[in-house]
Amino acid sequence: MYRYDSTDQQIIDERVAQYRDQIARHLAGELSTDELRPLRLQNGLYIQRHGPMLRIAIPYGMLASTQLRKLAEISRRYDRSFGHFTTRQNMQLNWPQFEETPDILAELASVEMHAVQTSGNCVRNITTDHFAGCAPDERADPRPYCELMRQWSTFHPEFAFLPRKFKIAVNAAAADRAVIRAHDIGLDLRIDDSGEIGFRVFVGGGLGRTPILGKPIRDFLPRRHLLSYLDAILRVYNRYGRRDNMYKARIKILLQALGVEEFTRQVEDEWAHLEDGPTTVSDAEFERIAAHFTPPAWETLPAADPAHAARLTTDKAFANWVKRCVQAHKTPGYAAVTLSLKAPGVAPGDITDTQMVAVADLADRFSFGELRVSHEQNVVLADVRQSDLYEVWQIARSHRLATANIGLLTDMICCPGGDLCSLANARSIPIADAVQQKFDDLDYLHDIGDISLNISGCMNSCGHHHVANIGILGVDKNNEEWYQITVGGQQGNAAAIGKVIGPSFYAQEVPLVIAALIDVYLENRSASERFIDTWQRIGMEPFKARAYIGRDRRRAAKIDSSERELVNA
Amino acid sequence: MPRIIKNESIVEDDWQVLTPADGEAPEAVALPDGLVLLPLSIWLARRAELIAGQRPLGVWLDSDEGPEALAGDVDRFAVIGVNFPKFTDGRSYSSARLLRERYGYQGEIRALGDVLHDQLFYMRRCGIDAYALRADKDIDKALAGLHVFSETYQAAADQTQPLFMRRVAQEPA
Repeated sequence: MYRYDSTDQQIIDERVAQYRDQIARHLAGELSTDELRPLRLQNGLYIQRHGPMLRIAIPYGMLASTQLRKLAEISRRYDRSFGHFTTRQNMQLNWPQFEETPDILAELASVEMHAVQTSGNCVRNITTDHFAGCAPDERADPRPYCELMRQWSTFHPEFAFLPRKFKIAVNAAAADRAVIRAHDIGLDLRIDDSGEIGFRVFVGGGLGRTPILGKPIRDFLPRRHLLSYLDAILRVYNRYGRRDNMYKARIKILLQALGVEEFTRQVEDEWAHLEDGPTTVSDAEFERIAAHFTPPAWETLPAADPAHAARLTTDKAFANWVKRCVQAHKTPGYAAVTLSLKAPGVAPGDITDTQMVAVADLADRFSFGELRVSHEQNVVLADVRQSDLYEVWQIARSHRLATANIGLLTDMICCPGGDLCSLANARSIPIADAVQQKFDDLDYLHDIGDISLNISGCMNSCGHHHVANIGILGVDKNNEEWYQITVGGQQGNAAAIGKVIGPSFYAQEVPLVIAALIDVYLENRSASERFIDTWQRIGMEPFKARAYIGRDRRRAAKIDSSERELVNA
Repeated sequence: MPRIIKNESIVEDDWQVLTPADGEAPEAVALPDGLVLLPLSIWLARRAELIAGQRPLGVWLDSDEGPEALAGDVDRFAVIGVNFPKFTDGRSYSSARLLRERYGYQGEIRALGDVLHDQLFYMRRCGIDAYALRADKDIDKALAGLHVFSETYQAAADQTQPLFMRRVAQEPA
């Protein structure tokens, strides 16, 4: 993975000093609360329901074991001994002390980490495929491009005060695992007939209040132009994106207002001035960064390990885990392992300090000392020998990291919700817990098969509910928590935004409604159909009818549009 | 006399910023004596008259006014102001870069409005070289804001080569 040189380190150290000075000036009364707000947000510090929350950057989800151990130590010393992984592959600490945040950033800097631009109206952490570098369907490793853009976006002087936050994701595989079309910019890596690497550029996707999938504005952008083209897009957005209404300030609204053609024309006009300029990336730089992502020293192994195959037939629990949590690897004899952070009774994405240390140890022993965070809020060991899987499973199981539910109903994406987040209209963790309890039979979950269920506590959609097969959105109706359900969304190449099934439900109804939706699926599915396939074939009506049996609604719940403080969303 | 930061030190300065009243016709505005940063509307409406005059010219762009309107004229100005109505309004960073990098403006670019310590570094990188700090702030202390980072990743108005080009150049043969 990428390691800092002395310049990278110096920049991050200077950032800590800058932040320490800002906090000191704030405490001395020289920097007002309003003046500090965008500054602290660009260092990941929110002021939440119970106090501060610190969001630590994990660039494109890559972590070294030493970094995870440091996160464990920080969570123990400065917080309540756990952290929460987010859909931007970052980690949130929910209970730090405001005055101690400069010390936390200094600790992070000691292991080449930071909280730069994890919030604020700037370019956020760039995300990608958590199987980068090991996926069999990969066209090229996306991580060097992510790192190139990390450096480009870090303290970009022109784009620190955009109209709104800005999210970029990269896919480089046949199957998109990075939800690129739900991003302000989605980059789809392509290789043309001459072998040149470039990107298909999507712009204007996003979830939130107005969910839209990104539109392609360029079919093939040679990689050397990547940064200058991003500069052109960001400049058009910075200058012409709306700033009068924060709900209409994302680039998707600008793109819609101008139309794709006119937006594209403006970007291309701007880019005509920048093309082949100093920001053109040389092959030497691609090679320098790519050298940080050379494959680990994989051994030459047979494609199938006989002992592993034997265990699959004798140990059903192990076989179930392999079926859901072990993914194919491009190198014979290796596999990628997803450690589930979705054990029953645990808030999705939460990980304790002890678990962090255990995962770091697993990475050191079995996966070249590296790991990844997925946007689905799980942890991945990317390079495990097939012959080691049994031992990895046993150790992971002893730490409650081996729930065999990846891609199943209980592998929910879930935001922190109203328990912790000051923006939320409703709580989301208790809903996730209720779903876990209702669906506690693993055999039944395996029978239901592939399905996604995501939960957001408010319209900001941090829980990605719009792109879930079943999405749950917390809404506030007369100060009561209600939940709106959408069906038919999905991630991946066929990304789609879910449709609202009808009026909202009470919290206690949600697990029952989900059970009803699942029943309709099970009754109607043909042999190989997933939930989404059945939904697409038979349509909304049968699901809707079942969901509301015995649950009359006189009027639709209105989504609370009271203008909550959204500055830190 | 008011003090501003200019060329990395604090200097006294007597340019005045002219802000027309709402609804006032640019043609009718009485121009004060002395050094005046004119709003773009007055410059555009009275360009010929101003060029014919003897005074040094200054103009200021609000954050929603791009520098395109000055494209052929930048060399006429001793000072071009770029306004930050709120420090969170980032449009004038783009305006400053365009003035420097696209229109080749060599004169002073002055940050006006909600100009604060913690934005000076970015402003400097975008080609702004004078800063009319908000009056209630400590201008002496703010000087430190110009030099927060000793190295930067991107090419910008202050640095023609991105770090990656300079890294390659530094590598031993």
